[in-house]
Amino acid sequence: MASITIRDVKKSYAKMQVVHGVDLDIASGEFVVILGPSGCGKSTLLRMIAGLEDISGGEIAIDGTVVNKLEPRERGCAMVFQNYALYPHMSVAQNIGYSLKVAGVPAAERQLRIQAVARTLELEHLLDRKPMALSGGQRQRVAMGRAMIREPKVFLFDEPLSNLDAKLRVQMRSEIRKLHRRLNATSVFVTHDQVEAMTLADRLVVMNGGRVEQVGTPAQIYSRPASRFVATFVGAPAMNILEGTVELDGVSLLGGSRRLAMARAGLPVGTKVAMGIRPEAVRLVAPGTAGALDATVDLVEELGAGRVIYVDLDGAPFSVMTSEAVHPEPGSAVGLRFSPDDLHFFSSDTGTRLEVFKASVPEPVF
Amino acid sequence: MEKRVTFSSWTIGILFAVPQLLLIFTFFYWPAGQAVYWSLTLQQPWGGGNIWVGLDNFRSILANADYWNSITASLVFAGISTGLAMFVGLVLAALTDRQLTGSRFYRVVLIWPYGIAAPALAMAFRFILAPEAGFMAVVNQVWPGFWDPGLDGTDAMASIIIAFSWKYVGYNFIFFLAAFQAIPRSLIEAAAMDGSGVVRRFWDIQFPLITPTIFFLLVINITESFQDSFGIVDIMTSGGPANATNLMVYKIYSDGFKGLDYSGAAAQSIILMVLIVVLTIFQFRFIERRVHYR
Repeated sequence: MASITIRDVKKSYAKMQVVHGVDLDIASGEFVVILGPSGCGKSTLLRMIAGLEDISGGEIAIDGTVVNKLEPRERGCAMVFQNYALYPHMSVAQNIGYSLKVAGVPAAERQLRIQAVARTLELEHLLDRKPMALSGGQRQRVAMGRAMIREPKVFLFDEPLSNLDAKLRVQMRSEIRKLHRRLNATSVFVTHDQVEAMTLADRLVVMNGGRVEQVGTPAQIYSRPASRFVATFVGAPAMNILEGTVELDGVSLLGGSRRLAMARAGLPVGTKVAMGIRPEAVRLVAPGTAGALDATVDLVEELGAGRVIYVDLDGAPFSVMTSEAVHPEPGSAVGLRFSPDDLHFFSSDTGTRLEVFKASVPEPVF
Repeated sequence: MEKRVTFSSWTIGILFAVPQLLLIFTFFYWPAGQAVYWSLTLQQPWGGGNIWVGLDNFRSILANADYWNSITASLVFAGISTGLAMFVGLVLAALTDRQLTGSRFYRVVLIWPYGIAAPALAMAFRFILAPEAGFMAVVNQVWPGFWDPGLDGTDAMASIIIAFSWKYVGYNFIFFLAAFQAIPRSLIEAAAMDGSGVVRRFWDIQFPLITPTIFFLLVINITESFQDSFGIVDIMTSGGPANATNLMVYKIYSDGFKGLDYSGAAAQSIILMVLIVVLTIFQFRFIERRVHYR
């Protein structure tokens, strides 16, 4: 078990900088998920912790020891790769036991430990098979076993579930979670799948463009996104964003076609803002209801347990997620109603969260 | 399932294959058949009929000490030059795969030698290894008489081995490099995470995974060392000194076209062909078992 300290870590390839100064503290035994779109530098950061990439600037310490110049094998990390990276010419037992063999553990002890790991992962009947003869889920478990057997201080996961089908992914997700609860080893898990991230993480790190956008528990990230990027990246369907301008007693939305009466609390008149509201925080009401926004239905997506209703709000796209049994016809008019507590405001220029707005009335007035 | 073009009537398929079949028949089966026929007869050097002698040609060749010397020389040549060319190619490819400085330079430069015709490169090496003027002259200056392929059979054998290996190092390098590059990067990284160092990774992961390529190159190199060596021997040593480099393929030529013993040369061709076939079968039978196909 070990803590990881990341201080102002940078990475550049030739002239291109891909990680711009990341700071992060990971406590011992914590399960941290790094979430971000492809190309955001999350895998690079993970590989720098593992020692598979050089660190261009800054410092990474595991358990207080700076590891910048250490070889991967000296860092005490184990990694599960996206494509599993099983040795194709070795049997499952040899794959799992390879690190022990390299470390010079005697064959008898090696066998015992392979057996123990195989029992945990229910791989006992597969030990003599080659990776070729395994299914995706089984390969995944072998890769986990190979990481587990070394009893590493830190587990690193590089999108390990993205090659599995949807059902298996959910199953492996809960297995990883259970495993972590039992081993309690510090874990860093990289993914672009927000459901995976939300369900696995003790703490979530959202990255974009080589920078950390926000660090927090999944609930914090969801309820108080620190930036417009986090707001639209986490949550499905994505948060609705309406562009607006601050006025004396509220916000003018959509180029002035709608107004929202609110206390301005400190922002100068004329400031451009982006107002966000989650699709699941919007209620559908009859068109023309006081305090509601009128819109036209574009499309209804049936999800079984609920539905997503895409509407057109004066030309701006907007979505509503509802579990009520409403089935509005495309082209029909609906009213959209929401509580001011559910509104998020971001600066149009920098995208950062603005905490200055306070609703002056229990229901927003348009 | 692989998609295949199928023809409704097999005659169309045959028609498409005819040009290729004609080529193979004209340039392989016909000459090979002719060689078998000649090896069983006594051909007159200037034409005009022949006498059926059965296996007499083979008997007289196999009773000849010169021929056994030639077989030994060929096996020594094949063994050492294949080993040398493959080892050097493997080392260079392994280094290039690790992206060491200058790897791009190697990659381009090492492909060239295979494109050079054997007699041309033999001529170059004849100058390079000349005892009186080339690079080896410097060595002879320090140790007089150390190097003289014109007098010393071992030196002559070394010369043709060096020239042949030089050509095949490039060929082997290309295949080895492709094989190394086909190994997913993450396998090497996984081994690094498992605590394996550079050398250990090479033996435990990379080497087993390139065994199909090693096997392929072994078969090709051995076969070519029996056949492609002709131009090098002809230009560099002409089989000398004292038959030390009179490889089987060169002896066929000198006995047949210089000694005008067509029948004996034909019989030697058949023996060479059988030897290569036997060696290839041996390799497939005993070495391929140790190959890990992915």
